[in-house]
Parts: sequence; C-alpha cells; structure tokens
Amino acid sequence: MNPEHAPIIQMKNIEKHFGRVIALAGVSVDIFPGECHCLLGDNGAGKSTFIKTMSGVHKPTKGEILFEGQQMHFADPRDAISAGIATVHQHLAMIPLMSVSRNFFMGNEPVKKIGPMNFFDHDYANKVTMDEMRKMGINLRGPDQAVGTLSGGERQTVAIARAVHFGAKVLILDEPTSALGVRQTANVLATIDKVRKQGVAVVFITHNVRHALAVGDRFTVLNRGQTLGTSQRGQITPDELQDMMAGGQELVALEDSLGGTV
Amino acid sequence: MTSATQPTANTDERVKEISSFRNALIRPELGGIVGTVAVFTFFLLFAFDSGMFNSQGIMNWSQISAQFMIIAVGACLLMIAGEFDLSVGSMIGFAGMLIAIFSVTLGWPVWMAIIVTFVIAVSIGALNGFIVVRTGLPSFIVTLAFLFILRGFAIYLPQTIERKTIIGGVSDVAEGDWLAAVFGGKIFTGFFQWMGDNGIIAVFERGTRKGQPVVEGLPMLIVWAIGLVIVGHIILTKTKFGNWIYAAGGDAEAARNSGVPVNKVKILMFMFTAFCATVFAVCQVMEFGSAGADRGLLKEFEAIIAVVIGGALLTGGYGSVIGAALGALIFGVVQQGLFFAGVESSLFRVFLGVILLGAVILNTYIRRIITGER
Repeated sequence: MNPEHAPIIQMKNIEKHFGRVIALAGVSVDIFPGECHCLLGDNGAGKSTFIKTMSGVHKPTKGEILFEGQQMHFADPRDAISAGIATVHQHLAMIPLMSVSRNFFMGNEPVKKIGPMNFFDHDYANKVTMDEMRKMGINLRGPDQAVGTLSGGERQTVAIARAVHFGAKVLILDEPTSALGVRQTANVLATIDKVRKQGVAVVFITHNVRHALAVGDRFTVLNRGQTLGTSQRGQITPDELQDMMAGGQELVALEDSLGGTV
Repeated sequence: MTSATQPTANTDERVKEISSFRNALIRPELGGIVGTVAVFTFFLLFAFDSGMFNSQGIMNWSQISAQFMIIAVGACLLMIAGEFDLSVGSMIGFAGMLIAIFSVTLGWPVWMAIIVTFVIAVSIGALNGFIVVRTGLPSFIVTLAFLFILRGFAIYLPQTIERKTIIGGVSDVAEGDWLAAVFGGKIFTGFFQWMGDNGIIAVFERGTRKGQPVVEGLPMLIVWAIGLVIVGHIILTKTKFGNWIYAAGGDAEAARNSGVPVNKVKILMFMFTAFCATVFAVCQVMEFGSAGADRGLLKEFEAIIAVVIGGALLTGGYGSVIGAALGALIFGVVQQGLFFAGVESSLFRVFLGVILLGAVILNTYIRRIITGER
C-alpha cells in the first residue's frame, strides 16, 4: 500500500435498504491504488450488497461514493466499468462454451472496418489473448480453446487478466477462491499479487481468513451490515479476524465444543 | 474461427495435443456435413434415374430446402441466443393471410401490403421477445401462447371477412408489382434460357412454351435463402453482435456482467425470427397466389429440427448457421427424395424422428468434448 497516494475510491457511510431490510447500515471504506483490500464477512454480512453498490448494480439509499475524489452516481454497471471499476464474479465470469478469446473480449469486442461494415477483429483478439494468458502463466492450446476446458482457477485468472487488460483501476473479486482447490487458490492469489504490483486496487471478498492474510494489505470486516473497522497487515491476527467475522462469542463456544479452530 | 494449433516453445506437458481429426470433430457443422454427404450418396445410388437430379428435380428439392433454410436461419440465431420461437409456423400462416387481406380484400397496392405485414410481424416478434425478457418466463411457453393466438387469427380473419379460409387472387393484384417480384420473381432467366438453348438443361418439346427451358430461372425464394444464410453466418461469426448472440445464450448472467446488452440481443433475435417467417410467408403467397389459414403448420418444429441437425445446442450458446442450412438441405432432399424414390411418404416422419435423435445424441457428445465434462 502507498499511504501517500490519495484513495481511488471512498465509500462514505453507505446505507442500503431493501424495503424494510437494512442490508448496509452506514459502511465507510477507503481503497487505495496498488493495495489488496480484503473485505471479510460471513454469509449475509452485506459483502455482496456492498460491492454491488461499489460496482453500480445497486444505488445506495444514503451515503456517497467518491471515485478519484469525484462524487460518482453510477446509473448501471456499464458506467462503473467505463470509469474503471471491474468486477470478477465467483461463478458468473466466463461462458464455458465460448473460446477463451471470445470470452476475453466479450462486451469489448475489437472491430476492424471492411468497407461500411464493422467486423470482429479475430486476429487481433487471438493475439492479445495468447499474450495476456502467457503473461499470467497459462499456456493455451490455442485462442479458440473453449473456456470449459480450463480449470476453475484458470478461469478466474482469465477473468482477472481481462479486467486488467481493459484498464480496470479497481478490481473487485467476489469470492474468487471459495470453490477452488489448494493449488488453484495459490494461482489466483499469485495473480492478485501480480495485478496489485501493476498499481491496480484490488478489493478481495472472501470469508476465508487464510486466503485474505496471504495477500491482503488491509482488512475490513463486515458484520450484519456494519463495518467493524479496517486493520493493517501485521496489526491483526487470524483469530481476531475470525472472531470479528463471526461475531465473537458464539463461535468461541462452538470451537470449544468442536475442540479446534473453525 | 480457425483451428490451427501452434506448438509454442513453452507447451504445457499437462495439455494433451489434440489430433486434427478430433479438432474437426468439435465443429458444430459436423453432423450437418456428415448427414448431407450421407443423404446425397444414398439418393445418388438409389434414385439417380428417378428424375431427382435433372434440372426440374434439382429445382424441386432446392426450393423445398430453401424454404426450410429461411426459417432455420432465424430459428438458429434465436436458439444460439438461448431462446425458442414456437410461433414460427403460425406466423407464416398469419403473415400470409395479412398480405392477402390487405392486397385482395382491402385493395392496397401489394408493396404496401408486404411492408405493413413485415412491420406487424416483426412487432409481434418484438412483443414475444419483450415478454420473455421482462417476465423471465421460458420462451417455450410464451411463444406457445403465440402459436395459438396467431393461428387463431389466421383462421378467424378470413372467416369473418371473406367467409372462407383461403384467400386467392393475389397473383392477379401482384402482377407487375416491384416488391412482389422481390419475393415471387425469378432471376437469371437469360442464363437458364442459354443453358436450355445449349442443351445443358431440358427444354419444352411442344406446346406454347416450346423451346423454353423447363426451369425458367432461379426463384427469389432460393436467393433469399442463400442471402439469409450468408448474412446470418457473417453476423454470427464475424461481428461483435455475433459474439453477443453466443454470450447471451451461453450464460445470460455472465454476459450481462461483461456489459453485453442481453435483453436487446434476445429481442432482436425474436424480431429476426419473425422476419424470416414473414419472408417465407410472402414467398409462399406469391408462389401460390393465395393465402391459406393452415399454411406453415408444424414449421416451427421443422425449423428447430433443422437447426439441431446443424449442430446447435437446445440450451443455447453454441451452433452454426451453416450447420442449420445443411440441416435444412438434408430435410428438403430427403422429403422430396423419398417421393422421387417412390417410397411411402409417411416414412419421412420416421426418418425425421430418427435423425433428430441421432443429432441430439451427437451434439451432447460434442458438447462434452468442448467443455471437458466427463
């Protein structure tokens, strides 16, 4: 993290109500360029609502979002994407039946003009895809290899590489490791590290404390729609994080009865 | 998409090289190509002397295949976008009836009748699409409703207005109409006359048309079919919009997350399907000179079968316009070929069922290869 930098996104006292349900009750988080900011919380803590607010899917009921110091009002996710906020979803990132290159450029297709018509520039798309994949350490059989043949970790990596290639300044990763094996998780965490070093702000959502501590610079814990504060790396232990996420007391009792750490 | 594999210096030892045979196998058109070769081989062997492969015979099955192709292109793109349209057959009957009512009963100029019919039909397609994307209901149910609604109107309108279910006399009013000729005319008549004069194709031996070729020219129906196949293929494989069609059908949620306007794509594909059905209807009305309330019966299923034979997955996200066109060709050749070969025509349905089953099983297998499922 570079504390001398100004935050790229400031979320100030964000509240989000769905009818009578208060999903977020005043959450404030600052995100800096080049940091990996881990957002932790148990199921139902409001993590998803919070990042959807950040990425333009939801409009906050109250509170303001500052992006590079400017107040932002995202009408829909496309606004957020064009501003440079990209989201990589856990399961919904890639289309298995389509080739890697078609997936890579989905929604951002390069075109070349032939006469009056615009055509999908497959040569360019294939070349860029192969280059970007090689940079991330994935060897493709060819750019037309279907995404369905990639492993879960490789798919996440493709999605991350895609977001960064299209100029994401803020990369929101929604539980990228929750369905992955150990080796694949390591690959994704390594990818996060590469991306962070390029100066991209990474918002890493997870409920796995070990994954968070492996790459995180700062940690914000959400619980029941409220933030329990942000901690720096090295100032907090895994157990403390775990307790904050689960709301403390009950988990301690549970751990005692199980005879180990959950 | 080309499928050349480039062996790079840092090949992953875990990635098995795929043989070019297997690579060729995972093309959506495979089933269509195999089927086309098989069907032609069969009829060349068993029905060569039946007249199936002289100029009239070829024109006969080409026209039937072209009819299937026109609706298959629409159904194909819609299916790849992840939706069905079961109202295609009823739309054919309904649109044909509208043209006849506008031009014959109301006495509008035929070009105006055709244009207004296209506008109405495409709007109904848009309505279909709008209901599907707005309600999130399966397109199967929504378009099934329109199957009955449109068929009902196709019978009700002529019954009420003319007290009959067939409206004739369209040929008379269409005489000399510029737009009617775009659907019902023939082109390259000079070339066909030349072929007749030079003995390449047969000419009439006697009667008023002595010396004229038995096939006067290329019907616009076939021109439309080829045109739609080419346009459909280019849009699907070579444009940005084509990528959106694949994406919308492959996984609508993932596509939306990447900024693909999925709803717009789906509605446009419903409109395109309705457009194709209307092209079919206009060509048919111009050819027969009449519109019948029962026209286009079961066409929606035949279109879907042609598309599935052509390698598209019923679940969307995968398929090929060329494949669908080959599926339509197989359809037309077999339907007419059985007639030429003197086989009982009811066996055509048996054949359809068998080939449909075979195609779906093959497609499922191909999908497993592509997605690496086991």
